[in-house]
Amino acid sequence: MTTDVLLQASHLYLARRHKQVLTDISLNLERGRITTLIGPNGCGKSTLIRILLGLENADQGEIKRAPGLRIGYMPQRLALEPRLPLTVTGFLKLARGATHDAIEYWLDRLDIRLLAAQDIQDLSGGEWQRVLLARALLIRPDLLVLDEPVQGVDVQGQHALYRLIPQLRNELNCAVLMVSHDLHLVMAATDEVICMNGHICCSGHPDQVSVSSEYRELFGHVMPTNLQPIAHYTHHHDHRHCLDGHIESGSKPQA
Amino acid sequence: MSLLNTWWWLLPLVSGLILALVSGPLGSFVVWRRMAFFGDTLAHGALLGITLGVLSDIHPTLALLLSSVLLALFLYPLQQRSSLSSDTLLGIISHSMLAIGLVALSLARNVRVDLMGYLFGDLLAVGLEDLILISLAAVICGGLIIWQWRGLLATTVSPELASIDGYPVARLNLLLILMLALVISLAMKIVGVLLISALLIIPPAAARSLARTPEKMALMASVVGMLSVALGLMASWQWDTPAGPSVVVVAALLFLLSLTRRG
Repeated sequence: MTTDVLLQASHLYLARRHKQVLTDISLNLERGRITTLIGPNGCGKSTLIRILLGLENADQGEIKRAPGLRIGYMPQRLALEPRLPLTVTGFLKLARGATHDAIEYWLDRLDIRLLAAQDIQDLSGGEWQRVLLARALLIRPDLLVLDEPVQGVDVQGQHALYRLIPQLRNELNCAVLMVSHDLHLVMAATDEVICMNGHICCSGHPDQVSVSSEYRELFGHVMPTNLQPIAHYTHHHDHRHCLDGHIESGSKPQA
Repeated sequence: MSLLNTWWWLLPLVSGLILALVSGPLGSFVVWRRMAFFGDTLAHGALLGITLGVLSDIHPTLALLLSSVLLALFLYPLQQRSSLSSDTLLGIISHSMLAIGLVALSLARNVRVDLMGYLFGDLLAVGLEDLILISLAAVICGGLIIWQWRGLLATTVSPELASIDGYPVARLNLLLILMLALVISLAMKIVGVLLISALLIIPPAAARSLARTPEKMALMASVVGMLSVALGLMASWQWDTPAGPSVVVVAALLFLLSLTRRG
């Protein structure tokens, strides 16, 4: 293991109820690199993540983690118990090793300062995702794992989040492992794409993967691109909204 | 002795108040983790424990404690799994144990056992020894809860995030279950087997609309519980109603009252 490899998984296998979920999965996560796992629903992405995080064990294979590796994990969803009253700050304080200063810093950094005293039950999908991201970042992780980070986030929020991830990588000099089901959304924000469906179909730079035959077989075989019936509608806004609704300063042209 | 004759009611009252005090935070965890059924199972098992104690001539409280802890350890793996699949199994175990306990008690002809007392609580049976035991348990549980509060709460919100954070999730779950077993077995004399989980669940439920933080909710649950015990026991002496049900009726009324606050 070189010093930059934070986590090395080799030849992972997992079967569940006679179904082979993972077959011969090997991957390296390196400091400073953003790796994206893509694949159709039920392809084993989330299971693989759970195994890499140590929440589950593989039947076979080996995972090496760098000693003292700090992992920040942002789950796909987190079921909240409505009878448990918790404010955003209260929720963030539960992270082990979270300091007051760290909470203050990430509240500002992720533009969620105004949510600090709110009940976590009252947050919108996008707001809750940011709070979960803040919780993952509190310990300044070496490895940031994001499971479908834009679920329940509107399109504008998705782009904002994908812009944010490379910035966070630079800021923390961490490795990022991201799960997504849509390559086009994550293209710009990723160094390496691993396309999986039980096994690793192909991997490499997103430009290579998106034209590879394996990727097309998984995602693009429905209709050749030139015959796709969906017209793309694009438009531009002359301003951007912050998460709490006010217009970002400097994003609106002076009238 | 004359002092005890005049002030006998202080024993059950103080015991009940102390019990309600620890039940507040403990019951809050039961509500947050949806463990109500689990509490029921422990309580029903306690009756079997009493029966075995009576039959085997072990000190009844000791038998009760021992059987509750054993049962909790036995049920612990069930609790670890998702609640859906274990629902039916818990139901089977819970009611089977209640039934076996009742049958075994009726078969033990040579010992006279006050069944009603076990099912619904028997205040006259609360002695100084019980008060001491309950106080001891309260100090232990209260101390452990305060000491491990953050970990217990983090594990409740998300066992996965807590586990990645490095909290000892499995040990914390076990701790909670053992504390639950301890309190339930000691609460038996006051509210009885059938209504123990009510004392654990209703006060936190009533406290929910009064609190914005988990700490405050746990505290308010203690207050509601203690109020229920005090008023319930007073009603029980006033109108000669069974103690356990009276306490639970007051708690239920307080819960209804709390609903009006939500607006």
